Amino acid sequence: MSNPPSTGLRSWLTTTDHKRIGTLYFWTAFAFFLIGGLEALIIRAQLAQPDGSLVSADTYNQLFTMHGTTMVFLALMPMTAAFFNWIVPLQIGARDVVFPRLNAFSYWVFLLGGLFMNASFLIGAAPDGGWFGYVNLTGPQYSPGLNIDFWVLGLQILGVASLAAGFNFIVTILNLRAPGLTMMRLPVFSWMTLVTQFLVITAFPVITVALVFLLFDRTFGTNFYVPAAGGDPVLWQHLFWIFGHPEVYILILPAMGIVSEVLPTFSRKPLFGYTVVVYSGVLIGFMGWGVWSHHMFSVGLGPIADSFFAAATMLIAIPTGVKIFNWIATLWGGQIRFTTAMKFAVGFIAMFIIGGLSGVSHASPPSDLQQTDTYYVVAHFHYVLFGGTVLGLFAGMYYWIPKMTGRLLSERLGSWHFWLTFIGMNLTFFPMHFIGLLGMPRRIYTYAPELGLGTMNLVSTIGAFVIGLGTLALVINVLWSRRHGEPAGPDPWGGATLEWSIPSPPPPHNFDVIPTVTSRLPRWTTEHPAAPSAPGSAVHVPPGSWWPLVAAAGLPIMASAVVTKLLALVFLGAAVLVFGIYRWAYEPFEV
Amino acid sequence: MRDSATVIFEAPDAVSRLRYWLPVLVLGILACAGDYQQSTLHPASDFAGRLDHLFRGIFWWALGVFVLVEGALLVAIIRFRRRPGGDQPRQVHGHTALEIGWTIAPALILVFIAVPTIRAIFASTGAATPGALRVEVVGHQWWWEFRYPELGITTANELHVPVSRPVALEMQTADVIHSFWVPRLAGKRDVIAGRVNRLAFTADSVGTFLGQCAEYCGESHANMRMRVMVDTDSGFAAWVDRQTAEPPSPDSGSLAFQGRDVFGRSACIGCHMLDGVPVARAQVGPNLSRVGGRATIAGGLFPNDTEHLRRWIANAPAMKPGALMPQMDLAAEDLDAIVAYLQSMK
Ligand code: HEC
Ligand SMILES: [Cu+2]
Ligand SMILES: [Cu+2]
Repeated sequence: MSNPPSTGLRSWLTTTDHKRIGTLYFWTAFAFFLIGGLEALIIRAQLAQPDGSLVSADTYNQLFTMHGTTMVFLALMPMTAAFFNWIVPLQIGARDVVFPRLNAFSYWVFLLGGLFMNASFLIGAAPDGGWFGYVNLTGPQYSPGLNIDFWVLGLQILGVASLAAGFNFIVTILNLRAPGLTMMRLPVFSWMTLVTQFLVITAFPVITVALVFLLFDRTFGTNFYVPAAGGDPVLWQHLFWIFGHPEVYILILPAMGIVSEVLPTFSRKPLFGYTVVVYSGVLIGFMGWGVWSHHMFSVGLGPIADSFFAAATMLIAIPTGVKIFNWIATLWGGQIRFTTAMKFAVGFIAMFIIGGLSGVSHASPPSDLQQTDTYYVVAHFHYVLFGGTVLGLFAGMYYWIPKMTGRLLSERLGSWHFWLTFIGMNLTFFPMHFIGLLGMPRRIYTYAPELGLGTMNLVSTIGAFVIGLGTLALVINVLWSRRHGEPAGPDPWGGATLEWSIPSPPPPHNFDVIPTVTSRLPRWTTEHPAAPSAPGSAVHVPPGSWWPLVAAAGLPIMASAVVTKLLALVFLGAAVLVFGIYRWAYEPFEV
Repeated sequence: MRDSATVIFEAPDAVSRLRYWLPVLVLGILACAGDYQQSTLHPASDFAGRLDHLFRGIFWWALGVFVLVEGALLVAIIRFRRRPGGDQPRQVHGHTALEIGWTIAPALILVFIAVPTIRAIFASTGAATPGALRVEVVGHQWWWEFRYPELGITTANELHVPVSRPVALEMQTADVIHSFWVPRLAGKRDVIAGRVNRLAFTADSVGTFLGQCAEYCGESHANMRMRVMVDTDSGFAAWVDRQTAEPPSPDSGSLAFQGRDVFGRSACIGCHMLDGVPVARAQVGPNLSRVGGRATIAGGLFPNDTEHLRRWIANAPAMKPGALMPQMDLAAEDLDAIVAYLQSMK
């Protein structure tokens, strides 16, 4: 019996360990986060003053498209995946996910899909149709270049990664929980992971279909979206937002899960209303399916449809509000320690409230007619996705990186990171409410001086660079602490859940003995949990495998066929994929 | 127990919070004071007024909730910071009555928002009232076409309407999706291939109102602007008369006369309609019949003066990225002649 290699390039390329895959997700998502942030800074520099001329219209359109696409698909989702990978198996007392090689496959497909999409920059043809890619603008007639092809195929590849990971985590959470860890004892982060993955496996097929139609229209001359031939551009909008709204919850629910772990730990109190928080999450997941047309109030769907989607959207504010109240009640009466993780978690609540409230104003269709497609909406969803998801993920970093690396992040740098980010984001996004209400549409590379919005835009741009400084503090912190951070020990925070019962970083097999769980907060309710006895023999850890990587490589090769017009690549890519899966299937179970 | 005022004063966080709220306040004041020509907060029609009223109602509700909830959060994090020697807090797990309470409270508030919302939805369907001035709006990459079917007028980027008379817009696109938006007069309505969408409004004051396309529509989406000129009844009637009168014909031998000739044998006629030049019947670009009378050209981007007109006709894409009017190869004197002719077409 040989354990898998633990150092060297090969160990990373062949790893099937959920923790190492989590680390790969972390660094890749981090890199894409920096790229997406850089794109945002160029966008803000261009808009600092009216009639800006830093970049051309064409470049700007590529930048805002890639900023959105990158942040959603290549930075935030994969960063949540880094936490799913690292933390969920530890929280449920498992030695790995159910399908470790499928897990590796997900990561490689994600990495290659991201690289494929960004390779378009090298030939100056990055996607330029917006992250929402509305047809018929993105159809062959109005976007004949390769830009949209890179986007369509890149998203298709990324969808494969998300779907594979979605199934993997659902099966893992449902089946690999430690004895006694019933569903209603499951930590909220793992719960929200489960809900998120259900949304992934139901939402991604919808966009897959929408993208297949578009791919066919573009490559084979079909007419799914061509009005002259009886196709309908509004069909795309429905399909895109049937995916797109659940996608919002795919991005926010994991952050809500993180915050629901951090708040109790640093208040020294259990989460207030655990059951209600969990069920609200589930309810939000369900209701998230019935609100998509609130992105389409200016389409003119008619008063009945508008009324329905307005009511549904307002309803979803209720479980969301309930979560917020429960978080505040968790703090209430606690002994709050303001570690950096806690600052970010509280910042999350404060900012998410603003995002939620502005959301109500465009849940009302008539009011939204003035707000949709303006900077007001940009302000709204950055309070949700930056103030919410990103701050939540930052909280998760300060909370769990010590578990991953065995070293604490610097609290001093963390404080700089928090305050710069918090002040920067409010400087950036708060003025955008006014910028939008005073008449500035989104997705414009320049605006007229007559609008009188130069000063506010300048403030917003300065704010963006303050966020940039904050992010720099994070980068330094993460890199510095890997060597010089204080040793964390198994449980630096006094956490309640299982991941804090094992060393940091955990051994490859996580748990010497699979724990038995008797309560929701296993480490708080048992004063001295019985020290698990050492296992009789060393725990076997499966060796790594090359085949997930090989199989994953087939997909971008196939996609390249469309942009190079070399049909042979389809067959080559398919052969690589099938070969990889074949060897994977017949790989000896034990080596 | 210290009283809460001193607590706030002593907490360093409160100071930085103040530092953060101050600019917010300043911005808020700015937003009410300035001269914002494309503002949704300064409505000048019944339709925009209805939307503004609804938004303001929602805003006050939201502000109330904001103050209460952020206030509760602030109190919690200030009052319950860990004190040295503080003991283990009481391990509360939940409270059913509270949960029910804070589920019902937002639901009630939402009722107060939903009812006026649904009323406003049904009042804003865009159905034309009898006697309304009908205008057909056509979005093009990247300019707006306005046609008055009852008056036989076609113009571009500048919509003229009379004050206090209902206007009914029937909106389509010639290519991709655009969105018609003149914030002070009307909320957005998309124009989508294969559909006709409607908007209706009655302007309540005379003036020029800025608008622009609000749906991303390709390279020059930012440059697809427009103006609505709301005029008195007599002012509007005078405009209509100018548009529908016999096209002015330049004196023979003048520069403009020469220009008409050049126009008639240039590529221009492949894309433009111009009443004074019978062969110019194409409808790819804006109708140029009374182009001399417009305040702006090229989707409201440039003032309609000799310099800009000349540069535009020589090389449009250099002034407006992606413009679908190609660079023209015209001799300098031909260019001057065309400009003179177009300027005479008022
Ligand atoms: C290939 C078609 C095409 C040709 C040829 C063409 N134009 Fe244009 N023209 C357009 C389009 C399209 C626009 C609108 C561009 C925009 O605003 O984005 C336009 C706009 C204009 C405008 C501005 C109108 C307004 O109200 O904004 C003028 C003036 C004009 N063209 C004059 C000419 C002249 C003179 C010629 C011949 C020398 C000419 N065009 C040739 C397509 C054409
Ligand atoms: Cu949505
Ligand atoms: Cu547009």
